Amino acid sequence: MANEQKDGSPEVKKRKLSSGPLSKGDKWFFRATAVSANFAFVLVALIVVFLFANAWPTLSSQGFSFFTGSNWNPDAKHPVMQLGPMLWGSLLIGFTGVLLATPMAISAAYLIVYLLPKPAAKVATTVIDLLAALPSVVIGLWGIAVFTPVAVNWARISNQLLGWIPIFHVKDPNAAFTDSPFIAGWIVAVMIVPIITSVTREIFSQMDDGLINGALALGGSRFSVFRRVIMPTSSSGIIGGILLGLGRALGETVAILYVLQLSFKINFFSLLESRGGAVASWILARFGEASNSEFHGLMAAGLVIFLVTLAVNMLASFVVNRAQPWRKN
Amino acid sequence: MMNATSTASTLSAENVSVWFGERQVLQDVNLVFPANQVTALIGPSGCGKSTFLRTLNRMHELIPSAGLAGRVLLDGQDIYDPSMDAVDVRIKIGMVFQKPNPFPTMSIKENILSGLKLSGRKITDADELVETSLRRASIWNEVKDRLGDQALSLSGGQQQRLCIARSLAMNPEVLLMDEPCSALDPGSTRRIEETIQELSASMTIVIVTHNMQQAQRVSDQTAFFLADENTPGGVVEFGSTENVFNQPIDPRTNDYVNGHFG
Repeated sequence: MANEQKDGSPEVKKRKLSSGPLSKGDKWFFRATAVSANFAFVLVALIVVFLFANAWPTLSSQGFSFFTGSNWNPDAKHPVMQLGPMLWGSLLIGFTGVLLATPMAISAAYLIVYLLPKPAAKVATTVIDLLAALPSVVIGLWGIAVFTPVAVNWARISNQLLGWIPIFHVKDPNAAFTDSPFIAGWIVAVMIVPIITSVTREIFSQMDDGLINGALALGGSRFSVFRRVIMPTSSSGIIGGILLGLGRALGETVAILYVLQLSFKINFFSLLESRGGAVASWILARFGEASNSEFHGLMAAGLVIFLVTLAVNMLASFVVNRAQPWRKN
Repeated sequence: MMNATSTASTLSAENVSVWFGERQVLQDVNLVFPANQVTALIGPSGCGKSTFLRTLNRMHELIPSAGLAGRVLLDGQDIYDPSMDAVDVRIKIGMVFQKPNPFPTMSIKENILSGLKLSGRKITDADELVETSLRRASIWNEVKDRLGDQALSLSGGQQQRLCIARSLAMNPEVLLMDEPCSALDPGSTRRIEETIQELSASMTIVIVTHNMQQAQRVSDQTAFFLADENTPGGVVEFGSTENVFNQPIDPRTNDYVNGHFG
């Protein structure tokens, strides 16, 4: 017999198993999904290529000082375009926003998951999610018309009480306290609270009840259980949510433009001074009247903010994926 | 065996009835758990014995719709009295759960000390407390060289004994155990049963179990819970384990302990 193995037993032949498309309709369905999925990748790649090609003239002529210097004079004989104050300002506002938003978001998530009765929790969730649906131009208008007059008072009080701390210090004794990174930080915080809340809510609701009951049975108070069991078990997931929020904050454009005085005098940490920076807002502010030379500078700025937010978002998904390995069993 | 100071107390339930919302799940439970005795609570699923156990250290009230009538006395003092703090009650009356629940972000040592931290108490001699607690839960020899390891690196049976040790670190007067062996293999079960016997020298123990042999092996007295359809559960028979298993008075007890239903 041809199909016999050495020991004489008949050879076992593997059968062909197909997980491919079963019908003609499936074939087209599979192709359509593949095209759509790849379209997104292709689009991102094209955007990067476009940005990089248009940014290159500026990046090559300005060199590293594009990131560190603080001067923007695109139409001089020798154009100078240095993004430093805007780049630093984006980070300052982003971190301020995250610092303000995180306690609010964690409190809201705790309230929704652990304290509110189910119907009220649903309402609260919907309201916070609605906040995420507000267009940023609306938040910007609210920021300038409603929030700034109020926040100016908070800023003045912070300055009076905490002025000895450098971040709350202002040089001018008659400072207006408007258009500051402090106010921009608050506006950004309002926009990222929903993101951090929904991630935290998800993490809290996956929490093992057994751990919470165990901690309460050991004589824990609600607060000590929150602090010593719930937070440590949830921290990496929450950090992921915070990074997602930071990504949004760094890319925020219109809303910040309304409430911040963009300035190329670099402001390292004075939250209450009426000058700051934000890369995306700067692009928006300048794009309409940009000369050819400045156009390339703004493209370079776009590339920078794109890469920064991409890096933050990748870090966020990495952290979220690594969160709570013990949950997976 | 460590010579822990005997701080055992007598716990008793007087006319305890329990509700979830409008639904009554237990009616008029009267039981006495004398100091240094092991009491087994047995009965089919859904008869309310685990719920009853949770009323004994005020864990029941954590469910928003929970209701209760009657009294639970710890050495004569009503633990539901408005002057009593639920946190103090839970410190005196410890609890071990069905599923081992060590804190995953903490090491073995930190798990032992977690109760003190959670309740905001001072830790005077951490190393000694850790050793004593682990010895009393008969797990010291297995973990003494790896106290800094994550608690989840232990096997299921070891995790459960760690949870027992964690409760013991609070030096409770009473220890409540809710089917502590149901998720464990026979070897781990046997070791925990031995631990229960040793612990009864220094505390009062109430254990819910589905395992008839276990009830007979570890307990001094047994309470048989039963709930007919759509009626609240209650105690059908309560007495020495010897009598409940060998000369039950109620025919339903006889049927249950001999495996005719449940």
